[in-house]
Amino acid sequence: MKQVFSRPESLRDVQTHFCPGCHHGGIHRLVANSLDEFGIRDRTIGCASVGCSVFLYAYLDIDVVESPHGRAPAVATGVKRSRPDRIVFTYQGDGDLAAIGTSEIIHAANRGEGMTVIFVNNTTYGMTGGQMAPTTMPGQKTTTSPYGRDTTKDGSPFRMAELLSNLDGVAFSARVSLDTPKNVLQAKKIINMAFRYQIEERGFSFVEALSACPTNWGMPPLAANRRIGEEMIPYFPLGIFKNRDNI
Amino acid sequence: MQEKIFAKGNEAVAMAAIEAGCRCYFGYPITPQSDIPEYLARELPKSGGVFMQVESEIAAINMVLGASAAGVRAMTSSSGPGISLKQEGISYMAGSELPGVIVDIMRQGPGLGGIDASQADYWQATRGGGHGGYRIIVLAPNSVQEMYDLTMLAFDLSDIYRMPAMVLADSVTGQMKESFVTKRYTAAELPEKSWAVRGRSEGTGQNVVKSLKLGDGEMEAFHWNMIKRCQELSEKESRWEEFMADDAELMVTAFGSTSRIAKTAVAAAREEGIKAGLIRPITLFPFPRKAYENLSRKCGEFLVIELSTGQMVDDVKLAVERNAAVSFYGRPPGAGSLPTPEELLEQIRKHCGGVR
Repeated sequence: MKQVFSRPESLRDVQTHFCPGCHHGGIHRLVANSLDEFGIRDRTIGCASVGCSVFLYAYLDIDVVESPHGRAPAVATGVKRSRPDRIVFTYQGDGDLAAIGTSEIIHAANRGEGMTVIFVNNTTYGMTGGQMAPTTMPGQKTTTSPYGRDTTKDGSPFRMAELLSNLDGVAFSARVSLDTPKNVLQAKKIINMAFRYQIEERGFSFVEALSACPTNWGMPPLAANRRIGEEMIPYFPLGIFKNRDNI
Repeated sequence: MQEKIFAKGNEAVAMAAIEAGCRCYFGYPITPQSDIPEYLARELPKSGGVFMQVESEIAAINMVLGASAAGVRAMTSSSGPGISLKQEGISYMAGSELPGVIVDIMRQGPGLGGIDASQADYWQATRGGGHGGYRIIVLAPNSVQEMYDLTMLAFDLSDIYRMPAMVLADSVTGQMKESFVTKRYTAAELPEKSWAVRGRSEGTGQNVVKSLKLGDGEMEAFHWNMIKRCQELSEKESRWEEFMADDAELMVTAFGSTSRIAKTAVAAAREEGIKAGLIRPITLFPFPRKAYENLSRKCGEFLVIELSTGQMVDDVKLAVERNAAVSFYGRPPGAGSLPTPEELLEQIRKHCGGVR
């Protein structure tokens, strides 16, 4: 019998703390899959951030350093510059990367650090209980935007993949989603491309993954999954915004 | 490779860092410490090291965190406003039991303050500075020679005790030029960094460097372990200098640049027949408490002199107050407030009215 599906070796065989319907687990899996496919697990260092993403070390069987809130690209810079032969990636949420860590991500990208950034955008602060994030949709109600995000006061949600693609230092920038099987397959391909950029020393690579947060959106998992296609993708289009070397 | 060199204190710090095997420097420009990054920008790459001027003080300390987590000797340097910004990273490093060297060339504050010498960041340095309740190693050079020697020591102590180490000086010690003797670095007996994140290929299995401790009793155990390391540090590594202390009836005490002025005043007092002595802490954390306590059994009066309105005086009181009276003379840091030897001699005379 041909085995067509198995757990990547880089992914630990444990239950996660993620809520039902959350996409973090799937994104972890795709990252683990890339580490396996390229055979780079033993020379990879993950830089976890603050939020639901902090438990990276509990689910991926790789060396991990925890970073202060928003600082993962700086921590990863320290790791990569001191160990240029290692594969280094950050795994960050939207509050972490696009609010408190805006400076660190922009500058790491602009320097063209040889790292990969996995950016999970679920339009809210998940760990702290669903507050307004820099990626919260216009009109979206959260615990700190109870009347809906007012773009005249709070600004519009950041489209980070597009924003970063404008920087010379960025070699690869894309946005993916895990809401449909087709999109999952595409996400897998794109995350692989991002790691390939690093392995081949082609520069900074960035993947934004749209993710559901049913608990904090106040939705059942299926409805939350549907919201990605109906509301998020129209504002946060999927695709590759930069592929400098056309790999 | 002993060589006599005439250079600035800041340059001596940079030279010592390279000699001690610092592989990565991350920093951001700020007066009065910019000679350190300027020297390292020129010299560190020559020895295969990494020099980076980065977007912020916060990024710089977090890069130190990253390089240190990867098992590499790394440092940053700054002054008051920048050191305040670095406190987040220093707290995370303390929580993650990471070594790393931070050089603080103090300037005046609060706020933007000014660029003249100050000792008003004693509390910030010796009380941890960031959140969570921790201590870091703090070394206080008072000469260019010590800027060199103590920077080397900072790397070793930081590695041995797995906590950040700070070299705490000010714009006088950083900017002044003196001759000093360089030396070949010989490492202390250093523990293996088997905890470092270098990838599983190093054969250590999965390594995780983190400060998040959610397990039942995990955080409590961390704190008790940190206390144990601090006690060991205090027993083995407390350093101080005594000058004419044996028969002193008034013990003057000061650290860093101020201790140089105080020493001149103490010597002048002796010439007048006043039995003054000096004790200078070289390690501010661990504070050489036992040395103070021992002296307080022989000398009943201590005079603390600082270029601030009084911070180290707290530690002196804690060390000697059972046996000796403690008084304080200090001036708030500011342009023109650095005390003269005559001014300090006058203070000594005041305290020793009948001794002459």
